[in-house]
Amino acid sequence: MREIDYELVVNKVKELCMDANYNLGSDVENALKKAYENEESPTGKEVLRQILENAKIAREEKLPMCQDTGFAVFFIELGDEVKINGGILPDAIAEGVRKGYTDGYLRKSIVDDPTIDRKNTKDNTPPIIHLDIVRGDKLKIVCVPKGGGAENMSEVKMMKPADGLEGIKDFVVDRVRRSGGNPCPPVIVGVGIGGTFERCAMLAKKALLRTVGEHNRDPRFAAAERELLERVNNLGIGPMGLGGRTTALAVNIETFPCHLATMPAAVNMNCHATRHKEIVI
Amino acid sequence: MGAIKLTTPLKVEDVERLKIGDAVLLNGVIYTGRDAAHKRLFELLKKGEDLPIDIEGQVIYYVGPTPAKPGYVIGSAGPTTSYRMDPYAPALIERGLKGMIGKGNRGEEVKEAMRKHKAVYFAATGGAGALIAKSIKSSEIVAYEDLGPEAVRKLVVENFPVIVANDCYGGDLFEEGMKKYSKR
Repeated sequence: MREIDYELVVNKVKELCMDANYNLGSDVENALKKAYENEESPTGKEVLRQILENAKIAREEKLPMCQDTGFAVFFIELGDEVKINGGILPDAIAEGVRKGYTDGYLRKSIVDDPTIDRKNTKDNTPPIIHLDIVRGDKLKIVCVPKGGGAENMSEVKMMKPADGLEGIKDFVVDRVRRSGGNPCPPVIVGVGIGGTFERCAMLAKKALLRTVGEHNRDPRFAAAERELLERVNNLGIGPMGLGGRTTALAVNIETFPCHLATMPAAVNMNCHATRHKEIVI
Repeated sequence: MGAIKLTTPLKVEDVERLKIGDAVLLNGVIYTGRDAAHKRLFELLKKGEDLPIDIEGQVIYYVGPTPAKPGYVIGSAGPTTSYRMDPYAPALIERGLKGMIGKGNRGEEVKEAMRKHKAVYFAATGGAGALIAKSIKSSEIVAYEDLGPEAVRKLVVENFPVIVANDCYGGDLFEEGMKKYSKR
């Protein structure tokens, strides 16, 4: 067994929370630059200019690029030969979130019960943790601060197998159309297809982690991604919904086997401040 | 794009000269307020009680900033999604609110209130919180401190960049913009 110190995990998670919120990924930034060059709408172009300028200020001054520093979501791959010394992994992640959001001047956006009191937990915990056990002696942590505005525009739909891929494509385009400017376009559209009700939603979230410009390894889904990106951009929603040719930077599809009676589909919307940082310990 | 410079509080004439798509640089005092603060303001209005701030001619910015780092006036301070304030906005507009700043489109009742009482809705760039913070020169909590990031703040802004998304003539940039740039 390889032993990893609890405190090391805490500190790495703390750094990931800050890094993800201050530093926009270069793939997203490059896609935004390309969109700026190609945007036909003067208003859309000005919005994209502000977004790029904002990313630069955030990086240089170590400021959160967006005031919504998100729900702290984690995708974890834990090697079966790893033992955490001094505590359990979920506690270490929560402690890292607490420290990262406090020391990093990030906004605490979590309320304790979702309906009645809605009292702020004041340290941005609890995090959401998706854990996979894999072979090996490494611990991979992907930190995904997820904003509320785009999350609100997301949806799961239990479709009929007869709807087929065409039906799913229409669902995705319609979901983006109905979202308008609310999820802070240009967006990244995560699409989950298959699995169960809950797995499908998780796949849609996982799809947001893919590097912008990369496609699904199955050429049929890669083709669907390209077609969907074009259809979504043809909606004319544009940057911040004010009209323009750039509504999405990418549409990413993730799939999983499903029950013969079902065909679940999920769309998880993400804003242009698509944040995710990872580390392997 | 030549931007129109405006100083708050806004007069009816200020609102009347604005058309959708206009770039505006806002100056002066604006107030922050989002979901929880709106709910409280709305309940006071319903009961016929005084509000903790005088909103006549004022502009409310839908924002919940990050905590300020040492040496900074405010943290990142970009707009939040406006439709969540739609149930409360018409009552505030009726009471004299002249401007709102947020992101995303507004419902019919808010648009109707803007037409009837001459108010304007500005779109700021969502996710540009670090950039927008540069135009905020001072920040002071004036009500509902217990709400944390949702407390009502009085901000003094200089050349805060916004775009007129809904004017007092029923114009809607979200609808018009989408029509103009959509392709089949």
